[in-house]
Amino acid sequence: MTEFVKPSIEYFELWPLLVVFGVACLGVVVEAFLPRSVRYTTQVVLALGGLVLALVGVVLVAQDVQTYDDGAARGVLAVGGTIAVDGPSLFIWGLVLALAIAGVLLFAERHLDGGVSAFAGQAAAVPGTDAETASIAANREHTEVYPLMMFAVFGMMLFPAANDLLTMFVGLEILSLPLYLLSGLARRRRLLSQEAALKYFLLGAFSSGFFLYGAALLYGFAGSLDFASINEAVRNDVGNQALLLIGTGLLSVGLLFKVGAVPFQAWTPDVYQGAPTPVTAFMAAGTKVAAFGAIMRLFYVALGADRWSWQPMLWIIAVLSMFVGAALAITQTDIKRLLAYSSVAHTGFILTGVIGLQAADQLAVGEISSVQAVLFYLATYGFATIGAFAVVSLVRDGGGETTAIDRWAGLGKESPVVAAVFAFFLLAMAGIPLTSGFVGKLAVFSVALAAGAWPVVVAAVLASIVAAYLYVRVIKVMYFDAPVGDGPSVAYPSVLTATTIAVGAAITLVLGVLPGPVLDLAAVAGEFIR
Amino acid sequence: MNLLSHSVLAAGLPMAEEGAHTPVVAPDMGAGGVFDLLWLVIALPVLGAVLLLGVAPFLPASLKAAADKHGHLVGTAMAALSFVLSLVLFVALLGRDAESRQVGQQLWTWFETGSLTVGMDLLYDQLAALFLLLITGVGSLIHVYAIGYMEHDPRRRRFFGYLNLFVAAMLTLILSANFVGLFLGWEGVGLASYLLIGFWQHKPSAAAAAKKAFVINRVGDIGLSLAIALMFATFGTTDFGAVSELAGEASQGTLNALGLLLLLGACGKSAQVPLQAWLLDAMEGPTPVSALIHAATMVTAGVYLVVRSNFIYELTPVAQTAVVIVATVTLLWGAILGCAKDDIKKALAGSTMSQIGYMMLAAGLGPVGYPFAIFHLLTHGFFKANMFLGAGSVMHGMNDDVDMRHYGALNKAMPVTFLTFAMGYLAIIGFPGFSGFWSKDKIIESALADNLVIGLLALLGAGITGFYMTRLMLMTFFGEKRWEADVHPHESPKVMTVPLIVLAALSVLGGALLLGDWIVTWLEPVTGVAEHHEPPLPAIVITLIITAVVALGVAAAWFLVGKREIPREAPQDVSFATRAARADLYGDAINDAVVVRPGAGLVGGLTTFDRVGVDGVVEGGSSAVGGLSTTMRRVQNGFVRSYALSLLGGALLVVLALLAVNLG
Repeated sequence: MTEFVKPSIEYFELWPLLVVFGVACLGVVVEAFLPRSVRYTTQVVLALGGLVLALVGVVLVAQDVQTYDDGAARGVLAVGGTIAVDGPSLFIWGLVLALAIAGVLLFAERHLDGGVSAFAGQAAAVPGTDAETASIAANREHTEVYPLMMFAVFGMMLFPAANDLLTMFVGLEILSLPLYLLSGLARRRRLLSQEAALKYFLLGAFSSGFFLYGAALLYGFAGSLDFASINEAVRNDVGNQALLLIGTGLLSVGLLFKVGAVPFQAWTPDVYQGAPTPVTAFMAAGTKVAAFGAIMRLFYVALGADRWSWQPMLWIIAVLSMFVGAALAITQTDIKRLLAYSSVAHTGFILTGVIGLQAADQLAVGEISSVQAVLFYLATYGFATIGAFAVVSLVRDGGGETTAIDRWAGLGKESPVVAAVFAFFLLAMAGIPLTSGFVGKLAVFSVALAAGAWPVVVAAVLASIVAAYLYVRVIKVMYFDAPVGDGPSVAYPSVLTATTIAVGAAITLVLGVLPGPVLDLAAVAGEFIR
Repeated sequence: MNLLSHSVLAAGLPMAEEGAHTPVVAPDMGAGGVFDLLWLVIALPVLGAVLLLGVAPFLPASLKAAADKHGHLVGTAMAALSFVLSLVLFVALLGRDAESRQVGQQLWTWFETGSLTVGMDLLYDQLAALFLLLITGVGSLIHVYAIGYMEHDPRRRRFFGYLNLFVAAMLTLILSANFVGLFLGWEGVGLASYLLIGFWQHKPSAAAAAKKAFVINRVGDIGLSLAIALMFATFGTTDFGAVSELAGEASQGTLNALGLLLLLGACGKSAQVPLQAWLLDAMEGPTPVSALIHAATMVTAGVYLVVRSNFIYELTPVAQTAVVIVATVTLLWGAILGCAKDDIKKALAGSTMSQIGYMMLAAGLGPVGYPFAIFHLLTHGFFKANMFLGAGSVMHGMNDDVDMRHYGALNKAMPVTFLTFAMGYLAIIGFPGFSGFWSKDKIIESALADNLVIGLLALLGAGITGFYMTRLMLMTFFGEKRWEADVHPHESPKVMTVPLIVLAALSVLGGALLLGDWIVTWLEPVTGVAEHHEPPLPAIVITLIITAVVALGVAAAWFLVGKREIPREAPQDVSFATRAARADLYGDAINDAVVVRPGAGLVGGLTTFDRVGVDGVVEGGSSAVGGLSTTMRRVQNGFVRSYALSLLGGALLVVLALLAVNLG
């Protein structure tokens, strides 16, 4: 047992992380001490300010970190080697922060539902009781959602940057707990929302258990929790092989659960449907980005030398996710469930990129690496998803959002712009050229092919045909089907949601037409440091 | 394997000489002059589409009304300007030396990271020049025609916007200098086609047809996108230039895969068997659309793809053989469908499928066939567009009835339509002197020289063509009047007949492209020099035989259709063959049995498993575990436990699989 050494804390490299954490804590203080009337404005300004400040921080840090191996990697190991502030971390931080800014804008939207936000007036009031009626009459709303979200953002930043299994677990929990809570706060259809939150919590806790057990087994194998030592142990082939394999398997369960890969996808549709739409938008985009960062770091940094044993498993899970996600999406009648299954399919596509890992010396000079392809795909996926869910929050009828797909018939006539933007997001998810989805798919397929995973790529292309069918089906409903009853109505959003949608669409288009800069950025991010 | 002896021979040659056979694409990037305006050919229709679809809806009401009223003129003008520019470019290209007629233009770098570089580059060569003239020329004529045809449609502005969008996408497909750019155009024309087939969205059949076309085309797109990915993985680029240079270095397996994947893509877009089922349904679109997209231009994109990828096909005899087989099956398949359809547009669509089969056949024959594939593509573009527009003109006069059994004796009522249609008819059956005579004759002759069986089947196809086209002519323009009392057939307005006259003239004179073997010499720098093969008989004898076979077909139609009474209702007590042909040779039934039903079954099964199966396992397990299940039931919703069980099951699977693979 080594003696405890006080770690040095690299404040400069970590300050984006610390700003988010600080703002989250400050948000709690605001809730306690400021009067109700000013909380909304204060919280929104605080959250946005913090996120923007952190984003600026990410840019500054990125320009200043040390590089290794002739620029192939960059970054520092902070806090005694537990947090890796490297290129991929910074890219993911930037992405998560950008998505979180969009998320705050959606959270703050109060135009759609007659002057109140999408969150329950008083979450503690049992649905259907006098207390609930009173809270609705008083126009109450929960402004705690902003600090909760900031904690989740902090978790999303810590999770992919964690450089040992314990820190990764802490990141996982910090990101998950606020999201469980946020999922249960819908203003309308509260039972559905609370049920979703409980399911998410129970299953999330269950999967965390797997993660922790896996971490313990890997500790048994390597005698250490930090990734560099595990990598060393794998390389030198010391320790019990069975412990390594079972540990790897259990860790992957915890991580694959978070990204909703098959067979750990069961929670996705229920939670996506039940959670308030702004939360779904933020969660769907942010969690996936963060969790894929963590998956890549674990598999590449800690277990990279053992890739022959885990790649086949990921092959199968990738193929299963793509097909099961796309196939089940076809039969959905609810747009949020459909997008949930589509996100399961996207998990499969991203995993296709993850298995494209090759040893650095096998890559030709300048050849696109799997990290780069996956990072790019995450960027395309994140913005298209948050934009699509933002559009979902606009289409309403008397009872709030109308998410039944057949109620969307005639949207093309009712509101050509909204229908066109949504169709555009769907086409991007289907991977039609001149949208970001096409370049993203091309990138992950290329790296997978280069790594010899051609069966997965063939399956992926086939699955993308199935997926294209389901997206076209929604487009057909919007444009070609006769409206049911009065047809859907589109609520006019405030500038907040409108901005989110416009920016999401613009980025989706730009990443399709001129993806160069972002691809370059992902390339500059380079490899993980150890 | 000896089916295509010449290509086997070519593949056996060493690399260096290979290059001599298949020209490398190496465009001149700094041609300057008028060639700097190449991008404008695409930009003009894009501008039209943006104005009509993107800007017009947001104008204030008064301006919007003006846009709705005059928008079609903007669309037509853009297509016409694009044609003028194509003509200028063509003349400029003629002015260059034969060796330097490949011109490139670099617009911008689409994306570039290390090896993954794709530029928005254009390539203008002899092949592209001919396509440009066809697309913008015939396209402009069809725009003009549509002014009259769509006159009473309240959404005419939008229609022209879609047409412009289509033209822009088609030009992108043709002018792109790499496969990714081509794919962009490829998807673009698919999208435009989807929008236009479903244009009359109030008809459920139109919406269904649009979706069917889109989905079947996506199956073809699997092929093209996999081919592109494979090219990236093999060559690190999809530039025509680089790929044509490096193709010889790839392994035979890779080349075969590339050839077959590209063929799959071509089958989808060009409605070749087995991806043919969408084309007949696509006739739900307005007739100008059928003429432009589903006859003259888009559906021939597959032929373009094969000819453009000649540097790959020349190295893979396997794929070439596959092209020839697919083409031969399709040319007969389409012809048989054409014989049984009573819907005039569907009969013509069957014929389109069959004629594209001829082009594909020629393209599969290698350098001997490439120029004739393109030649037939051009002449077909003229005469088929002519006949589709003629059919539209007939429908215009017959209250939009498409059933030929309700026509008859229209030659007097619509003299211009009749005469122009007759020119197209004579061209397609290959009446000596007309354009189709020259182009089809050459294809059958090359096929005979290459392989006797294929050649004879192509000859048979020519006979069937004579039959179904004569049947169509007789049922529409001759015989007794069979129309309803309230139908008053009348000639269409000038704006519709003038394009017909121009196209009829082209149908007659299109054969002039073969004067002095011009088109062969012109395309030689692109397609390579052909080795000469002696046909089994002297060319003149073959020509006579083809003409005789066609005459037999025509005569058969005369005796079977012309001499008999044509019932207004299609008779039901018909032979098996007729029933099969009426049912599209069971194309839909086959798709249904092979793809749709198993697919739906799989989805249904998965859904059931997702909802019930997992839960059922728990139920079953719970009775065994006893007390545990009661505990689990206390959880407020019965489903969480099943989710948790599936999570546990998944975890077990993952771990066991890892152990089994690695320790087993």
